[in-house]
Amino acid sequence: MSEPPENASQQDAAAKAPWPSLRQALSGLSWPPMLLPRLTCNLLRAPLTESGPPVPEVTVAALAERLEAASRARLGRSLAIRHVGSGSCNGCELEINALSGVVYDLERLGLRFVASPRHADVLLVTGPACRNMTEAVQRAWQCAPEPKWVVAVGDCAVDGGVFRDSYAVEGGVGQVLPVDLVIPGCPPMPGLMLEGLLALVEAQREDAEPQPGPLRNEPEF
Amino acid sequence: MSRPATELIRRGVARAGIRHELDADGWLALRDALAEEPELDFLGLWAEEGAVHAAFHGPDGVLLATLPVTGGAFPALSPARPAAAWFERAVADLWGRRAEGGTDGRPWLDHGRWAVTAPLSSRPAPNTSEPPQPVFLPATGPGVHQVPVGPIHAGVIEPGHFRFHVQGETVVRLEARLGYAHKGTLGLMRGKSPRAAARFAARISGDSTVAHSWAFAAAAEAALGVKPPPRALLLRGLMAELERIANHLNDWGALCGDAAFAWPQARCGVLREGLLRAQEAAFGHRLMMDRVVPGGVSIDIARSGPDRLRAALAGIGDGLPALRRITEEQASLQDRLSGTGVLRPELAARFAAGGFVGRASGRDFDARRNGAYPPYDSLAFEVPVLQAGDVEARLAIRVAELEQSLALAETLMARLEPGETLVAPPPEAMRAGEGVALVEGFRGDVLCWMALDEAGLIRACFSRDPSWLHWPLLEAAVEGNILADFPLCNKSFNASYSGVDL
Ligand code: SF4
Repeated sequence: MSEPPENASQQDAAAKAPWPSLRQALSGLSWPPMLLPRLTCNLLRAPLTESGPPVPEVTVAALAERLEAASRARLGRSLAIRHVGSGSCNGCELEINALSGVVYDLERLGLRFVASPRHADVLLVTGPACRNMTEAVQRAWQCAPEPKWVVAVGDCAVDGGVFRDSYAVEGGVGQVLPVDLVIPGCPPMPGLMLEGLLALVEAQREDAEPQPGPLRNEPEF
Repeated sequence: MSRPATELIRRGVARAGIRHELDADGWLALRDALAEEPELDFLGLWAEEGAVHAAFHGPDGVLLATLPVTGGAFPALSPARPAAAWFERAVADLWGRRAEGGTDGRPWLDHGRWAVTAPLSSRPAPNTSEPPQPVFLPATGPGVHQVPVGPIHAGVIEPGHFRFHVQGETVVRLEARLGYAHKGTLGLMRGKSPRAAARFAARISGDSTVAHSWAFAAAAEAALGVKPPPRALLLRGLMAELERIANHLNDWGALCGDAAFAWPQARCGVLREGLLRAQEAAFGHRLMMDRVVPGGVSIDIARSGPDRLRAALAGIGDGLPALRRITEEQASLQDRLSGTGVLRPELAARFAAGGFVGRASGRDFDARRNGAYPPYDSLAFEVPVLQAGDVEARLAIRVAELEQSLALAETLMARLEPGETLVAPPPEAMRAGEGVALVEGFRGDVLCWMALDEAGLIRACFSRDPSWLHWPLLEAAVEGNILADFPLCNKSFNASYSGVDL
C-alpha cells in the first residue's frame, strides 16, 4: 500500500510538480489575495484518489465464462451494487463503506451503490448466512433483475467463517444463494474488494459483442 | 445515603469471589429495593445453566447478583429497571427462562427460524412451529399509520427492522426489531479456552473489536488470576484510543453526510483511511482484530509503527480546525443537528447509558476514569459532559473525545518501554475461576463476565455491548421527531446491531 495521503506528501508532490513557475506566474495577477494561495495549492496538489487496482486475468476469464452461461445480455462498463448484510459483525461493512470514500472512489470506475435490490446488478453479501436472515436475503435476490451476480464478501460470507458451526448459521452465503465470486478476508482489504468488483466489470467487457437476441414469437393480432 | 439494593446484594452468599447469590425471596426483595435506589446502575442480565445473573454498577464498581433458577421462570427486574426488558427477552429466547412479571414478554432474538428452541439451555427442544409473525407495540390516534423499514436497509449497514408509527411526518412511536444478525456467539464460546474463544469476542461488533477483545481478555485474566505485562497494557490503551478516533471520525463524517454536507464526510474519510493504514502498518490489521488477547497482546507494535501512527494522528490533528469550523458555524447544518433527537437526562440516567449517548445527556460516567483500570489509572484526561442530549451534543462529545484521544495515543506511545507483551496462562490445575471486566469502548462501557471450569475452558460467558442500553433510548429519542430526521438520530446513536444480536 502506498503512503496515506497527508499534507506533507501533498506538499512534496507540489514541490516535484513539473511546473514550479506557475506559482510565480500566478502571483503577478491581481486576484483576491486570500483566494490565490488556496487555488494555487489545489492546482499543484496530487489527487487524494488512488488509481484503481489491476485485475487478475484468471478471475476475469472465469467470470466471463459464468456470464456467458448466465446470460448474453450486456450490462456495459458499469455495475449497480446492492449491499446485503446477512448478519456480519459489521467489520466488512466498515471496509465496504471505505470504498465510497475519496481514496477509493469506486464511482469513477463505473461502480455505484444503489438503494434497492430492484436496481442492482450485483448483490454484495456480507456475514454468514444467519438463519434469521435467510428469507430476507433470498427475497432481495429474487427482487434483483436478471442478469445478476452474487458476491460473497468476507470469510463469514465465504463459508460461515468462525461462526460456521453455530445453530444460528447455515454456513456461507452459498448455502442460500448462488454465489458467483468470493472475496476472502476478515474483513477483506478495500483494495481486494475493488479488484473483485472490477473483475466483474472486465468480465462483461470480454464478453462477445452484443448479439442480436433471438427473434421472439410475438403474438399476431 | 441509604443503599437498600446494594446492601441487599452484598448480604447474599459469596460465589466464586465475585458474585452474591440470593434466594427467590431475596431476588423479589431486590426488585423492590432497586425501585428505592435509582442511583444503582443496571448493566445487564443473562443466564447460564441453573442460574440468572444481573450486573450493576455501584459505589465500588461492578456488583453481580445471582439467582439459582431450576424451573422455567424467574422474577423479572424490568418493573424496577426498564432497561432489563431486552435482557429478559434474550434470556427467554436463548435459555428458555421466562421473566415473570416482566414488562415485555415478546420474543426477540428467536425469530422461530432455528432448528431448536432455547439453544443455550441444557436441553434445547426441536423447533416444530412455523416462524411467528412479529407483534409490534400499538399506537393509535387519528391518521396514525405504520412505516416498516428493513431488515435490509438502503445504506451499507447491518440488518434490522424498524417499525415506525407516524402521524403525518411525526414519529409517534419507533420500535426496533433486531436479532437478524444472531450468530450464536455465546454458544460458540462455551467449552473453548479463553485464548481460542477470543476470536469470537473480537467479532461481537467489528467496529469495537479492540474494546470487546479487551473486556473479554480482562475478564479471562481476572478468572485465571494473571496480570498482563505493562507493555501490553500500554498497547491495549493505544489500540483502544485509535479505535475511538477512527470511529468518531467515521460518525462525524456520516452525520454531516446525512445532513447533506459532503465535504466533512469526504475529509473524515480521508483522515480515517490514513489512520487505518497506519494501524495496518503498526499492528498488521486495519481494524486491529485479534490483537488484544487473554494474557496481553498477540503482536507487538512494528518498529515503524509509532512513526506511521504519529504521522496519521498529526494529519488528523491538522484537519480538525477546518472540520470543527464547518460543523460549528454552518447554520444549515446546525439547523439539522440542534434540537433533533433529544434524549432527556432522566432517561439516560435511568438506563445508565454509556459513551457519547450518556455523556451528551448529562451522565458523567466513563469506565476509563470511574474504573481507573490500567493504563488509564496513570493518565490525565477530561470526561466531557453536556446536558442538551440532542444530535448536536452527541457529535460535540465525540469531537471533544477525539481531541483527547489524540493526546492520549501520543502519551501512550511515548511511554512504551521494551518488554514482554504476553504472559502464559497458569498451570491447568489453577485455571478454574470467574472474572468480570468493564472497559470503555468508543460507544461506551463494554461489560464481560466469564466463568471457567476445572479444565480452564469457558463454562459460560456474557459480553454486553453498550448498545443494549442505547437501542431502547433511541426509540425514546426519536419520538416526536419527523421521520426524515431518523437517519440523523440513528447515526448519532450509532448502536451496534451485531453487538446486541450476538
Ligand atoms: S468476515 Fe470478519 S469482518 Fe467480515 S463479518 Fe465476518 S467476522 Fe466480521
